[in-house]
Amino acid sequence: MVRPSVFQEAFMDWFPLYNSLRIALIASVIVFFTGIFAAYYIAKLHPVVKGVLDVVLTLPLVLPPTVVGYFILLLMGPRRPFGAWFLETFGTKLIMTWYSGIFAAAVVAFPLMYRTARGAFESFDETLAYSGQTLGLSNTFIFWRIRMPACRQGILAGTVLAFARALGEYGATSMVAGYTPGKTATISTTVYQMWRTNNDALAFKWVLVNVVISAVVLLAVNLLEKSGRASSTGTKRKAGR
Amino acid sequence: MSLYVDIRKKLGNFTLETQFEAAEGVTGILGASGCGKSMTLRCIAGIVKPDEGHIELDGKVLFDARKKINLRPQERHVGLLFQNYALFPNMTVRQNLMAGLMAEKQDKRAAEAKIREMLEKFELVGLEKHKPAELSGGQQQRVALARIFLSSPKMLMLDEPFSALDGYLRWNLEQELLETLKDFDGPTLFVSHSRDEVYRICDRVCVMEHGSSSPVIPVKQLFEAPESRAAALLSGCKNFARAEVKEAAAADKPGRVYVQDWGETLAFAKESTAEVNYVGVRSHYIYPVTGEEAAAKPENTFRCQIEKVIDDVFSTVIMMKPVNAVESEESRKNHFGILRVETTKEFWREFWQKECAGRENPQKDIWVYMDPTDVMVLR
Repeated sequence: MVRPSVFQEAFMDWFPLYNSLRIALIASVIVFFTGIFAAYYIAKLHPVVKGVLDVVLTLPLVLPPTVVGYFILLLMGPRRPFGAWFLETFGTKLIMTWYSGIFAAAVVAFPLMYRTARGAFESFDETLAYSGQTLGLSNTFIFWRIRMPACRQGILAGTVLAFARALGEYGATSMVAGYTPGKTATISTTVYQMWRTNNDALAFKWVLVNVVISAVVLLAVNLLEKSGRASSTGTKRKAGR
Repeated sequence: MSLYVDIRKKLGNFTLETQFEAAEGVTGILGASGCGKSMTLRCIAGIVKPDEGHIELDGKVLFDARKKINLRPQERHVGLLFQNYALFPNMTVRQNLMAGLMAEKQDKRAAEAKIREMLEKFELVGLEKHKPAELSGGQQQRVALARIFLSSPKMLMLDEPFSALDGYLRWNLEQELLETLKDFDGPTLFVSHSRDEVYRICDRVCVMEHGSSSPVIPVKQLFEAPESRAAALLSGCKNFARAEVKEAAAADKPGRVYVQDWGETLAFAKESTAEVNYVGVRSHYIYPVTGEEAAAKPENTFRCQIEKVIDDVFSTVIMMKPVNAVESEESRKNHFGILRVETTKEFWREFWQKECAGRENPQKDIWVYMDPTDVMVLR
């Protein structure tokens, strides 16, 4: 990981884009599963426990990213218990590497996925799951083949939003991964670094890249919402008592 | 085959306390909305867990709080038709039917044959590739029923199956459903708030009120001789008043009951040892009579003052107040002091001509008569 690979050298100029995309993609995959399962299981808990967990899990959305970064450092820093144990066992630091950005992006993007998925699950007609159970279908089948397809609009929108948030992460990333050209640089940290070192032209180029990606993502969300509305008007039926 | 249910479940300040036994054939559960009918079905299906009690189907214990038995819905083999049919919206008709077959492993050809058979039986051929949203209410119900039958249930539960349909469709679907139910040989529970549906579809009925159920009785008995005010109300009786039995009825001699809200003592025919708090009289069984007719009948005639005459579609409804009525807060709140009398339009037109129109009768007083067999004494 530390040695620049052939692939990296050929794309040195575009490394921040490549790094941002892989961090955002991996973080989105993590957040997709953890967000969905948190949303599904927390909805079934006792209201008090649910309230507490809900606050804890949504905090990263409202906290300044630097505070999130601070917490990550507190847990994963090489002199902190978990970071030290990991360094000793696997011989790798958890911070100031490219994959440190994944932790930062995942934590910051998680609440977006969790909350959108929860909203989608809450509007799901539970009688569909109940009828599946009385027909003898397994709970796994009901979850993946009935609940998820019925909630796919919300879940897709949540995934896209989480991906966009992960892609644009700056605060926590700069604290846990820093800025090392060709190693940990992402688009957002590069923009800041270029501007700080009076490299306005390059900063502007990365700003443009960022704007284009964000615009595409927002367009995708809008299209998803529109197709969701079109298909849901046809399938909405009277809810059971 | 029979179903035995004896469960209790507390939800906030609502307590469900129901006990009944349903044999083969259709047993109706009749009750107003929010009385716990759907909750009872969900407890039987295993979707909701009762606090205590016992559920047994065909000798197999589905739930027993004391023995800590609580089978999963998947293990109960109970078919539940939901109010909204609960078809999977992302699947086609064929896929929905396939879902009913999935619980048991079987080879593809056998599954295909079974689906084919159901498609034909429920007249769904040609709709295999349609999504539920593209079907009419009736077609949706047929798909839902076919899907339930494919899962080979030991009993059927139908939760207000016609509530999502409009009046015209309802009648045809009801006839279809009756045909389908004939072929099913397990117990069937039919939940409804409509006395007409229950009367037409069910063999026996269990009345539910505020979460508690009364014993299962033959449907005819509910309509001819309800025991409680709630049952009488559900069976369509419109006139109630508080009452006190003065003399019990015997086989050869009617009893006497004082109806305090009407200020009258009436004769009644039904022998009963149960406690009596009310009387009920159906609006079709209160007859306006002329003075001469009234003089010829020694009992159960009294004078009433006409309050309002309402022209209904096929009948005339006359609201009247017994002249001896004793008004109180309680009687006003429950409309105990008002009689609702229903006659054919022709009868009332003639009666009015003869009795009221020509005469000096500013009070608009007329005689009414009710037969002792139609005076129902109620709990």
